[in-house]
Amino acid sequence: MNYKSMDEANKAVVDKITGSAPFLVNVVPAKEKIKELNDGKVLLHAGPPIVWNDMTGPMQGSCIGASIYEGWASTEEEAEKQLASGEVKFIPCHHVNAVGPMGGITSANMPVFVVENRTDGNEAYCIMNEGIGKVLRFGANSQEVIDRLKWMQDILGPTIAKALALTEDGLNLNVIIAKAITMGDEFHQRNIASSLIFLKEISPYIVQLDMDDNDRKDVIQFLADTDQFFLNIAMATGKAVMDGARTIQDGTVVTAMCRNGKDFGIRISGMGDEWFTAPVNTPQGLFFTGYSQDDANPDIGDSAITETFGVGGMAMIAAPGVTRFVGAGGFDDALATSNEMTEICVSQNSNFTIPTWDFQGACLGIDARKVVETGIEPVINTGIAHKKAGMGQVGAGTVRAPKECFEKALEAYAVKLGLI
Amino acid sequence: MLHTIIKKNSYQDSINLMLLTNSIATMEGLNKVQIMMATPANKDIFKDAGLHTSELEAAESNDMAIVVDTDNADMIDTVLEKVEQYLNDQSISNKKQGFETVRTWDKAVDALPNANVAMISVPGEYAADEADKALDRGLHVFMFSDNVSVEDELRLKQKAHDKGLLVMGPDCGTGILDGVPLAFANVVNKGRIGLVGASGTGIQEVSTIIDRLGEGVSHAIGTGGRDLKDPIGAITMMDGIRALENHSATEIITIISKPPAEHVRNEVMELLQSLTKPVVAVFLGEKPEQYEGNVYQAYTLAETAHIAVDLARGNEVKADYNSGDFSVENASLKEGQKTLKGLYSGGTLASEAAVLISDALGLGTHIKNEEGYVLKHEGQEIVDLGDDKYTQGKPHPMIDPETRSKFIEQAGDDETTAVILLDFVLGYGSHDDMASALLPSINKAVAKAKEGGRTLHVVATVCGTKNDPQSYDNHVKQLKEAGVIVKETNNEAVRTALSIVGLQVEDNQKKHVEGTKSDKKFDLSVSEDIASLVSERPRVINVGLKGFTGALADTGTQFVQYDWRPVAGGNARMAKILSLLK
Repeated sequence: MNYKSMDEANKAVVDKITGSAPFLVNVVPAKEKIKELNDGKVLLHAGPPIVWNDMTGPMQGSCIGASIYEGWASTEEEAEKQLASGEVKFIPCHHVNAVGPMGGITSANMPVFVVENRTDGNEAYCIMNEGIGKVLRFGANSQEVIDRLKWMQDILGPTIAKALALTEDGLNLNVIIAKAITMGDEFHQRNIASSLIFLKEISPYIVQLDMDDNDRKDVIQFLADTDQFFLNIAMATGKAVMDGARTIQDGTVVTAMCRNGKDFGIRISGMGDEWFTAPVNTPQGLFFTGYSQDDANPDIGDSAITETFGVGGMAMIAAPGVTRFVGAGGFDDALATSNEMTEICVSQNSNFTIPTWDFQGACLGIDARKVVETGIEPVINTGIAHKKAGMGQVGAGTVRAPKECFEKALEAYAVKLGLI
Repeated sequence: MLHTIIKKNSYQDSINLMLLTNSIATMEGLNKVQIMMATPANKDIFKDAGLHTSELEAAESNDMAIVVDTDNADMIDTVLEKVEQYLNDQSISNKKQGFETVRTWDKAVDALPNANVAMISVPGEYAADEADKALDRGLHVFMFSDNVSVEDELRLKQKAHDKGLLVMGPDCGTGILDGVPLAFANVVNKGRIGLVGASGTGIQEVSTIIDRLGEGVSHAIGTGGRDLKDPIGAITMMDGIRALENHSATEIITIISKPPAEHVRNEVMELLQSLTKPVVAVFLGEKPEQYEGNVYQAYTLAETAHIAVDLARGNEVKADYNSGDFSVENASLKEGQKTLKGLYSGGTLASEAAVLISDALGLGTHIKNEEGYVLKHEGQEIVDLGDDKYTQGKPHPMIDPETRSKFIEQAGDDETTAVILLDFVLGYGSHDDMASALLPSINKAVAKAKEGGRTLHVVATVCGTKNDPQSYDNHVKQLKEAGVIVKETNNEAVRTALSIVGLQVEDNQKKHVEGTKSDKKFDLSVSEDIASLVSERPRVINVGLKGFTGALADTGTQFVQYDWRPVAGGNARMAKILSLLK
């Protein structure tokens, strides 16, 4: 170890987080940035590694949708056959500098945000938010879904890319996040303020573009309608920042948390790329009419990168508008949740001060040691997918990261350091 | 059949409407209901739920749509009413705790950076570790936890002494710091008498009598029961004495203990003789013959309180405060009724009873303890029901009446029993109303004895003050109305019981002699931390039992609640790994 103590190592990791400078610089087809996607039929997925047979309904539904979208298959049956036969290769998003919401299914031609962390020069990618309702990330794969993806590929992605090209050096995401957290966003369940700020920043450039006016109207309308648009940017931001931080290969700071519907996986700074997994929990929350807890898919998606970064459920107190997802409680429960989360973090991030929390900074650096010591598991705000493919979102709520992941990580690290 | 209500331009966020839907869905007579903003995406959700209507389709994104599937059209008005009511009353009333609850030491110290006392009530096997952590953070320790080894106690007390800190305990049941009751303690007036005691109920008895006599207590520092024994050597007692010597508002110092180890006693006595302030000392089981210099040794707890009060008021100290007329009128006994059954919840009160009864029986004043019985001689029985023997897996008898109820009924069935002697200890931590809890058994025992032609006498003492959460006056009244003979102090209660069976204690008339100042120079100075412990209001991190925060909150004391759990949930392997990953 390069540090005198674990505390010192952890301090170095969180200093990387607070010192990061993430910028949104481009939107490109995924294959341009992720070379692995050019190598035959390849799909990226959320969470730690998983095989087709172990995937839950929504992720399988997304895979089918992506196969049709990429033109590998023309029917569901055909797609399913290819996917089950091993013809399609699966790679976790996290292994190629990417993150993906819910199923996280990302294919070659899907446009992805490019977030550059200027302090470490690394990039991270995430597909764009499709809105709510029938969407690929929840496993829907109807023609409507495919058509929207095509529109995003042909119109939305290139438009935002061109608009970003007009900015001097991209959009400074720390600034947007700092503003939006004072406006009630926690960047997982609630992104309405940051989505508005994004729209405010990007609109002046979009109006300057030489493009079809109907397309321009559609793009602005889509951005105006999509309350969660910024979520995917926040995810890419979290990934870029945490990947920068984990260039320090010592300490017990959690550098990634993600779920594939079967396993919850974490990484810690001292153990580099290794995943430590345990079976996922199933989110508890509120359900749309006609659906109940029995319909809920187990926890899924890379979006827990927001919690890893210190926002999302960790910053519940920032978003009074969504506090009632914490049980049936109100403001005080949100306060208790965020206060509890500080028990397992190294420090607080003064870049993102939260007015409703007496301007305390968002949580900074989950320390796996503190999770194990106290038994307090990180809380994650999440959408809830129907467990059957294609049914889409059925509710929203919270879920906890299983303690076993953190225990396994510490055990492995102690072995690596020759302590046991 | 589907009914649609559209509330035009009535925006509510989706979470609100999901909660509202859940609440409406509980109404009887509805098959299904969905309430959402009528956005295109939400219309699809209505469609999936089989709740799509043409009115809904016509609604716009800023309209709230309520679609109800019901066979009873009359329900619609009721639904609408409930919707309105819900929307008008959305504030969630949550009772504020008013204090912070934390789960780690780091957060505890963050939450209360100027804390100076850690109150530890975690299970014994973990208590020493937590006390260590508290001392490392510069905190004085009040250790309620028991089952801590003597080795740990010695190590912790030496460490604390070296750091200029105080460890009160382990097994410290009582303390009062600047009027703030800690653990099992009474609401005692603040005043000029300072106590240091190695016994919980000893401190409670002395401090409440002082209060009822109209004086008050500056601090009552508990030391834990083993402090004056080998090998601890009174580390906390002596630091506590020095603290009170240096505390200007304390005018009289009072110490309470069972008889110490001989050499410890000598050392403590030498220290006491070197003080500038008058001292009252009681070593329960020692029957003093004189007062020496500034040190007034008392025989009973009540006498201790009386001497302290007279000293505080500048009155002349009497040669004896114990004797008096304790006869009971018309105390009829049947042939063979000659034994006393003392059923105590307070350990020191039980010991005091045992000392006095042994003394009256001519057996000396030495205290024994066999299976919780501090006296068992020819049917004369005094039992400490708070002894480990009776509290395995059961709450303490100050909290739970069950064990004592059984003993009362057994004692009543014993034809030799003349008197049942009871203590009622009030204050924080104790049962809300022990008199009401025990009276059914008392009445039953008395009635049963009467059927057998016997008069069963019940004598009690109530240890408490009028400001205690359980009212002292009400307690006394309730017991008296039930025919119980209630006495002001344990001393009087025991002597009253003795007089019923025709026994009495001969008391010494103590004369005042010169003290023997030793040549040894005692360093009477204290550390800054100890000086501020006695000169300021305590600021407490309560590690463990949440119940102890009641007294802290009631007295407006700054505190933080540390909801303690074993490290890694008690997983020994993970705890070890954690200790290595430093």
